[in-house]
Amino acid sequence: MSTANPTTPKRRWWEYWKKSQLENAAGEREQDESFYRAGQWQLVWWKFKRHKLAQIAMTVLGLFYIIVIFAEFVSPYDPQKRFQEYSTLAPVNVRVVDAQGQFHLPFVYALKRARDPVTLRPIYEEDTTSKRYPIVLFVRGDEYTMWGLFPGNSHLFGVKTEPDTFVPLFLLGSDTLGHDMLSRIFYGARISLTVGLLGVFLSFFMGLLLGGIAGFFGGLADEIIMRVVDVLVALPTIPLWMSLAAALPQDWPQLKTYFYVTIILSIFGWTLLARVVRGKLLSLREEDYVMAARLDGESEPQIITRYMLPGFTSYIIVSLTLAIPNMILGETSLSFLGVGLRPPTISWGVMLQEAQNLQTVAQTPWLLWPVAFVIVAVLMFNFLGDGLRDAADPYVTG
Amino acid sequence: MADRDTLVEIKDLHTYFYLAEGVVHAVDGADLTIRRGRTLGVVGESGCGKSMTSLSLLQLVPAPGKIESGEILFYKPVQSSSTNTTVDVIDITSLHPKGREIRDIRGNHISMVFQEPMTALIPVRTIGQQITEAIILHQGVSKQAARAQAIDMLARVKMSRPERVIDDYPFQLSGGMRQRAVIAMALSCRPSLLIADEPTTALDVTTEAQILDLMRTLQNDFGMAIMYITHNLGVIAEMADEVAVMYMGKVVEQTDVNRLFLNPLHPYTRGLLASIPQLNETIVRADRSRRLQTIKGMVPDPYKRLTGCPFAARCPAVIPDLCDKVEPKNVMAESGHFVRCHLYTEASSS
Amino acid sequence: MPDQESYTPESTAGSIPTEPLLEVIALKKYFPIQRGFLKRVVGHVRAVDDVNFYVNQGETLGLVGESGCGKTTTGRCVLRAVDPSSGQIWYRDPILGRVDVVQLDKTQMRAVRRSIRMIFQDPYASLNPRMTLQEIVGAPLRAMGLMQGKEIEDRVAEMLIMVGLRPEYMRRYPHAFSGGQRQRIGLARALAPGPKFVVCDEPVSALDVSVQAQILNLLKELQEKLGLTFLFVAHDLSVVAHISDRVAVMYVGKIVELASTTEIFINPKHPYTEALMSAIPLPDPRPREKRVLLTGEIANPANPPTGCYFHPRCKYAKEICSQVEPPFEEIAPAHYVKCHRAKELSLAGAVKPSL
Repeated sequence: MSTANPTTPKRRWWEYWKKSQLENAAGEREQDESFYRAGQWQLVWWKFKRHKLAQIAMTVLGLFYIIVIFAEFVSPYDPQKRFQEYSTLAPVNVRVVDAQGQFHLPFVYALKRARDPVTLRPIYEEDTTSKRYPIVLFVRGDEYTMWGLFPGNSHLFGVKTEPDTFVPLFLLGSDTLGHDMLSRIFYGARISLTVGLLGVFLSFFMGLLLGGIAGFFGGLADEIIMRVVDVLVALPTIPLWMSLAAALPQDWPQLKTYFYVTIILSIFGWTLLARVVRGKLLSLREEDYVMAARLDGESEPQIITRYMLPGFTSYIIVSLTLAIPNMILGETSLSFLGVGLRPPTISWGVMLQEAQNLQTVAQTPWLLWPVAFVIVAVLMFNFLGDGLRDAADPYVTG
Repeated sequence: MADRDTLVEIKDLHTYFYLAEGVVHAVDGADLTIRRGRTLGVVGESGCGKSMTSLSLLQLVPAPGKIESGEILFYKPVQSSSTNTTVDVIDITSLHPKGREIRDIRGNHISMVFQEPMTALIPVRTIGQQITEAIILHQGVSKQAARAQAIDMLARVKMSRPERVIDDYPFQLSGGMRQRAVIAMALSCRPSLLIADEPTTALDVTTEAQILDLMRTLQNDFGMAIMYITHNLGVIAEMADEVAVMYMGKVVEQTDVNRLFLNPLHPYTRGLLASIPQLNETIVRADRSRRLQTIKGMVPDPYKRLTGCPFAARCPAVIPDLCDKVEPKNVMAESGHFVRCHLYTEASSS
Repeated sequence: MPDQESYTPESTAGSIPTEPLLEVIALKKYFPIQRGFLKRVVGHVRAVDDVNFYVNQGETLGLVGESGCGKTTTGRCVLRAVDPSSGQIWYRDPILGRVDVVQLDKTQMRAVRRSIRMIFQDPYASLNPRMTLQEIVGAPLRAMGLMQGKEIEDRVAEMLIMVGLRPEYMRRYPHAFSGGQRQRIGLARALAPGPKFVVCDEPVSALDVSVQAQILNLLKELQEKLGLTFLFVAHDLSVVAHISDRVAVMYVGKIVELASTTEIFINPKHPYTEALMSAIPLPDPRPREKRVLLTGEIANPANPPTGCYFHPRCKYAKEICSQVEPPFEEIAPAHYVKCHRAKELSLAGAVKPSL
């Protein structure tokens, strides 16, 4: 069907490109060629890099997920190991100045027993007369099996001591059973920060599928799906989660419980995405370029994937990023209330079960450290989502 | 340039937009004169700065833009006694954008009508509420008096059944009716200057003819000046007494309307006039093989800083080494005919 | 129906030298108005209401009218971008022969769509921002199975050169281009499969004056070079006068006048055409004669007046106009009007004929 024009030689596009490079006078913006050839994602990425808060969030979250992956290595102790003697210990004092006022690299003193003058309970205190125990990197410590596959005992940091001396390095203190808080927080991150991801992916598929059906086919399917969404959105989440979670049998293995908790959290997660997908599909159907695609002879699946879907992929990504903190908070809440995960599974919510009464909180406030991590994680995801949304929005400048 | 008749004088106005990608010189040294009771047409294509000039006039430039330099002198008529009217000269660029002085001018002495009537009207308030708001604000009369004035104004803009329309909401009216309502709002306080920014571009041609006729009638009745901004040279020929042609933020030619069409001086004006399809006999008598003359090239990138005349790259009469290096000054090539081009020199004083 | 009877190809056999490329007979497109939870149909918007016209090979038919007149919908019905409610659209397809586009099935429609193409009004909405120029212009070639791989690339380069763009631009995305350039890209896409008939849906309305001139020149040049036939939908009468050989004037879903450009502009026979002509702002500052100013608003296509749709605003209206719909008649060779009083009225055009 090509009407070959004899005066136009057949050339490869790069041959034209080279020719024009040579011909070009100074005035043109050819150095911006990379800008002209930048597809959607390239443009979004460039804009995203300029968003300061989002960059910070990326770094912090990157750090968090490195901890998640390398929890065994990064934690100073085994999280399930109980140091009975040192239970409910306040965070140890990491010093750089010793009792005599001299500077050293970070170290700790050993602890000695003493009696609390007020409660007369046995407590531990810093023994400033003891030897200085510097904090070093790559110590040998408790045994572990990395990811259940690779045995090892090297830890990122710890104290070097004589073979039978034990100097606790509880940077965030210890809980009532003598576990190191920091190590438990690091291991707990594995559950808390991944339950969100899994839940979100489930929501993503459900939301995309149901929203897509509603938006694309319209009519009765649209009505039914949207009314279901309306009902779900109207239900109060926490009580519903609680009753569903409480219905899970107590004797199930941890993994199974974890999996089902994820599913329960996803029940509500897909609704927002479904609405967004449906709305975008309905508006995109009317776009001229979609009509042009039909007239070009493109098939319906092609139109959806090549023409309509890219139009709201950025919305989807932003929605998902902003849905993750909800999942994290959901799991934390459920486990805190005792109806989600339970010990010996470690998650931030499970850790917070110990901090359920005022007395505990008043006397041993370091048990609340998981809250700080939850807050930071949620904040960082929100900043990231904001950055992504601003980058993907063609109307936001600067 | 100012004489007894001058109402607004814009001198060397610069309005810049500070964006992450660079600085856009939206208005880059514009000089305009608006005379009392006359219509100044400002014509140019998109990006020439005509809308920004009008927004600068009312200190309505949106962030991240700001008026960088220049003067906007408003010769405000002041009634000092029943027979005597003196003039207060106010430099609008010195007024704070949110201050009391400029708010006293807006809607009262200088009003504006925009292109899209639907976005100029508040959708959740009736037409009557929106018109009387301006009246009560500036004239301090009672609600009933304001309502009566509003009905009178709606009748003047040839709105059918004004006493009913006054209680309608914008969505109940058609495009032409909404534009009439907006004009009624703008004229409710009898301003001395009405700025109309493409008011008929969104309307059908028969409705446009009605609105243009209406504006001419109202101008006669109220004796107000109109600054009519458009890209349509046909409308300019109909409405304007004087015309200013803008390109890349500068006024390249300003003169009365007859001279502009019969003897355009600036090459851009000539190119513009030659590129519009003319409904004269040659066309209609099937000489349709005639090609429209075009201005070669495209409007340059607004972020680029150009030396010399901004039109040099596209000008058919460009003088190499002069036009692209030296910026042409605004000269009066003949009496009352100003042009910014190296081809012309100042006429010997008469 | 009187309209259909008075218009047939045979009745105009004397004035048309060859068989038309496109003939539209009794075309209707009604959009249902739905109310309530159960979406009951309470009425119809008569966007296109019994439209008849024809287009000869190699010519340009301008389709003009104001908002709501149905010109865009008519254009879209011709290639079934929108499916008509009823009517016949006879098209001489180079492969399938003379077919009624309305009756074709999917496969046949695919074949016809190689030959009838469309260019859109909004240069910013008609190109997929996520595709490169090569993908955009090559899409019809690929999707219709006309070419593959390198052939597509060569053809895209050829088309880009033809519309005045550099072929190396094919690696760029639409955001790199201005409105005028995007319209050229849309044109390249439309012409890629080598069509015979192009529906132009207000292609220059969204462009600046100087760019408009460039695109109009390009359209004319390509029409001559490639032997194209255009259906040019527009609301700017000066533009239509410049590019069209014949013009059809629409009002609220009906064609009220159809004649050569010269006749329409110098010697209109319908009062609405006269009003349109006199409303055009001419770029000539010399005073004009008194305008014909219409009163009232454009009729509502969901609830049109009785009889002639234009009668409430027509200054020549008589009693019959409000009662009986006028027939679409040929009152002079190839000059059709829908008006009871067409033969007796003497109307002013936009341009005065020289003596």
